[in-house]
Amino acid sequence: MADGRIADGRIAGGRIADGRMADGGPGTPRTPRTPRTPLHPAAWWLWALGLGTAATRTTNPLLLGLLLTVSAYVVTTCRPDTPWSRSYSAFLKLALAVLVIRLVFVVVLGSPIPGTRVLVTLPEVPLPHWAQGIRLGGAVTAEGLLFAFYDGLKLATLLVCVGAANALASPSRLLKTLPGALYETGVAVVVALTFAPNLIADVHRLRAARRLRGRPDTGLRGLLQVGLPVLEGALERSVALAAAMDARGYGRTADVPAPVRRTTAVLTLGGLLGVCAGTYGLLTAAGGSYGLPVLFAGVVAALAGLRLGGRRSPRTRYRPDRWTPRACLTAASGAAVAALLIVAASADPAALHPGVVPLTAPALPLWPAAAVLLGLLPAFLSKEPS
Amino acid sequence: MIRFENVSVTYDGATEPTVQDVDFTVPEGELVLLAGPSGVGKSTLLGTVSGLVPHFTGGTLRGRVTVAGRDTRTHKPRELADVVGTVGQDPLSHFVTDTVEEELAYGMESLGLSPEVMRRRVEETLDLLGLAALRDRPIATLSGGQQQRVAIGSVLTPHPRVLVLDEPTSALDPAAAEEVLAVLLRLVHDLGTTVLLAEHRLERVLQYADQVALLPSPGAAPLLGTPADMMAVSPVFPPVVSLGRLAGWSPLPLTVRDARRRAGDLRERLEGRETPRRVDTPPAPPTGLPAEPQADPPARRRFRRPPPAPSASAAPAEARSLSVRRAGVQALREVDLTVLPGETVALMGRNGAGKSTLLNTFVGLVEPSAGTVHVGGLVPHRTAPRDLVRRAGLVPQEPRDLLYADTVAAECAAADRDAGAAPGTCRALVSDLLPGITDGTHPRDLSEGQRLTLALAVVLTARPPLLLLDEPTRGLDYAAKARLVAVLRGLAAAGHAIVLATHDVELAAELAHRVVLLAEGEVIADGPTAEVVVSSPSFAPQVTKILAPQGWLTVTQVREALREDLREELPEDLREDLREDLR
Repeated sequence: MADGRIADGRIAGGRIADGRMADGGPGTPRTPRTPRTPLHPAAWWLWALGLGTAATRTTNPLLLGLLLTVSAYVVTTCRPDTPWSRSYSAFLKLALAVLVIRLVFVVVLGSPIPGTRVLVTLPEVPLPHWAQGIRLGGAVTAEGLLFAFYDGLKLATLLVCVGAANALASPSRLLKTLPGALYETGVAVVVALTFAPNLIADVHRLRAARRLRGRPDTGLRGLLQVGLPVLEGALERSVALAAAMDARGYGRTADVPAPVRRTTAVLTLGGLLGVCAGTYGLLTAAGGSYGLPVLFAGVVAALAGLRLGGRRSPRTRYRPDRWTPRACLTAASGAAVAALLIVAASADPAALHPGVVPLTAPALPLWPAAAVLLGLLPAFLSKEPS
Repeated sequence: MIRFENVSVTYDGATEPTVQDVDFTVPEGELVLLAGPSGVGKSTLLGTVSGLVPHFTGGTLRGRVTVAGRDTRTHKPRELADVVGTVGQDPLSHFVTDTVEEELAYGMESLGLSPEVMRRRVEETLDLLGLAALRDRPIATLSGGQQQRVAIGSVLTPHPRVLVLDEPTSALDPAAAEEVLAVLLRLVHDLGTTVLLAEHRLERVLQYADQVALLPSPGAAPLLGTPADMMAVSPVFPPVVSLGRLAGWSPLPLTVRDARRRAGDLRERLEGRETPRRVDTPPAPPTGLPAEPQADPPARRRFRRPPPAPSASAAPAEARSLSVRRAGVQALREVDLTVLPGETVALMGRNGAGKSTLLNTFVGLVEPSAGTVHVGGLVPHRTAPRDLVRRAGLVPQEPRDLLYADTVAAECAAADRDAGAAPGTCRALVSDLLPGITDGTHPRDLSEGQRLTLALAVVLTARPPLLLLDEPTRGLDYAAKARLVAVLRGLAAAGHAIVLATHDVELAAELAHRVVLLAEGEVIADGPTAEVVVSSPSFAPQVTKILAPQGWLTVTQVREALREDLREELPEDLREDLREDLR
């Protein structure tokens, strides 16, 4: 098939293209905030996971707050203008919910932290003897509450960091970097992932339609009544999408000679067995000597199997993401934050885990704080070099 | 290129084949139009070409379909992906990735083209379809026309030898439709691509078709022939053919240009006739009070306006310097619009010009960021839905969104409850608008047109003085459209104010007293239909183009004028002929 075929059409079609550039209304192109070459998605995930790891090393609310600020600042400056990037606020809400639930549990179920400052005493529900060790109600102490807050904040920060990665590089882009043999599975996962946002859009649309029927468009009942039509619609769309994907060549396979197929199967299976045996060896006391080499061999065999398996899929990659120096620096900055906080946590545990008994105001440890600020690096790197 | 050999398709559970005795060949490099009323199996026939029928949909295919020498019985859709490009009715369900550029590359990635080729073709296709400015945009944020172009682009990049398109221009404004068709024509002429497409809006496509495959009725064998021959026998035909049949031209004209060259004597006969006006007069200009409902036939009694709203003088719909910003986009800018009782207004303009947003503002789904909106004296977004349905009713683009129940009867009962109307009100409306629908039918099993009418009946149950319709003719054939026109005319005569957002110029010409053109969220023209559409080449209906400079809009008007003619001028035998035609 000659590749120059459409080129002829383009010349003649140029008039059309020009006429349509200034498309109307919401179609009007906005100045893109997305840098032309977005960073490698894995770089963003490494960076965000680095911040998340750092968050697990400390309960100091000042450091955690600093981590939150750093990630939020980077997200607001660097996130591309895509539907995915709006998921950040959803993650913020989720993090807040986690924090609140943690506090509610402490209030209702009490806390193991021995506190002296009783804020309020709830009526205690007597429980039968077999439920010993569980308490409902009772005294709520400031110490217990504060400990739960620190703990909850740690988890919330971790969640927000994952949300940041989600907003900066959509998981679908990350899945695209999978090796060829896993690509089809990756696409299936991506489609499954877009199921949720589409479902939410459907719920919005159908609740709006309820308003047109003169029923209240808010409230739980409204949500429940649109449930069935929403699911129906989602199913129908999934089937239509599957048909479209099939018609566009999803799942095409290339002819692979039988020996290669067999080798692939042997390598993959053998590799997986090797990984299992190696892990078992590492975990048992006796297998310390053979564990590591077997694990290594297993991983190598599995990778080779994947690579060979990729031959069965004829697909190629359009503009694959590249590891640019910016991407490396971004990933490195996240890793550095994680590494430095791990070091700090072992060097000065007291500063990173402020005590709650007795109650003390947490102090900001200077050099761990400076380490956290390293995470801001991508905000200055990712700007479009115009 | 595509060969159907004695093909018939029977879906599982169906007693009759959906299509049968299909036996024709589509030669390489031709654009073949598949025409016919709704529900004759056009989509099924298209599906057999890509192999989706029966590999994906199930059912039994008898006979044989070969595409570029490959038998679809032995080749799965994915194995035909490099020769057949398919775009379905709903472009949104076609997209696999999130952004325009990745979507264009997806098909090529599946086929394993080299990165350099892919890059070049993506750039070429972006230019060919005018998508270059949108390349990084998430597909979900594009307008309907843009999405349609992306969908076509995404199947063009692998350079298929056959393109199969199901209603490619239905969702598009006239200009965007012209563009898409120009692209298709370019592909056919320059690259020798074979195109098979189904379309209800024949007035847009017919002139480009090399051949027409006509499916006259469900289960009937398709006829293949030149467009002119097929139009002579077709149950569906565009206004230009309708005018040609009326005037007795043979062979039938297919393009406005053909018809204009023949129309000399028709123009002469129409010369000096009363300047065409709508048969039903538009309402009087505002005098402070809404016009009294005109005397209407008893059957239409239930469409009468309800008792006046609290502020009796309030117009059914009124927007004053209305601006709306949504997700950082200025969707409407300083729009002023007043709709009077009994008036029909057509909102027209490009895809994404703000038509739907304006309609949504009138029912309170969108809150104005500046300016005011009043519907019968109430502010829509601050009114409880229960009260609002008695002031304004919207039939959305996808009428199915309005229907929840699993039978027509249940749907009607729910509508009565929602509207606080007497039980049986909605069912009576349905029987009136849509005779022959049984209570037990599932709304999903209705045809597009029937579903639209059911949604219309549901909305009308609350007897709103203001009726809004968003793209009501998408997917309707000419017969369904004519029924809709009759229903809406009756409603307007009974005093309902009607606003339709539409790309269908023929519908606007038939129905609207007034046309409002929107561009980039601003009103750029607002006036009587005849004035606005006649002055615009892309919004002028075919009859106007043919009979210009006389201001006729529709075949109906011409027919009315000729009916008067009939009494005086024609010799007896010709008069008989014409009478036959008129019937």
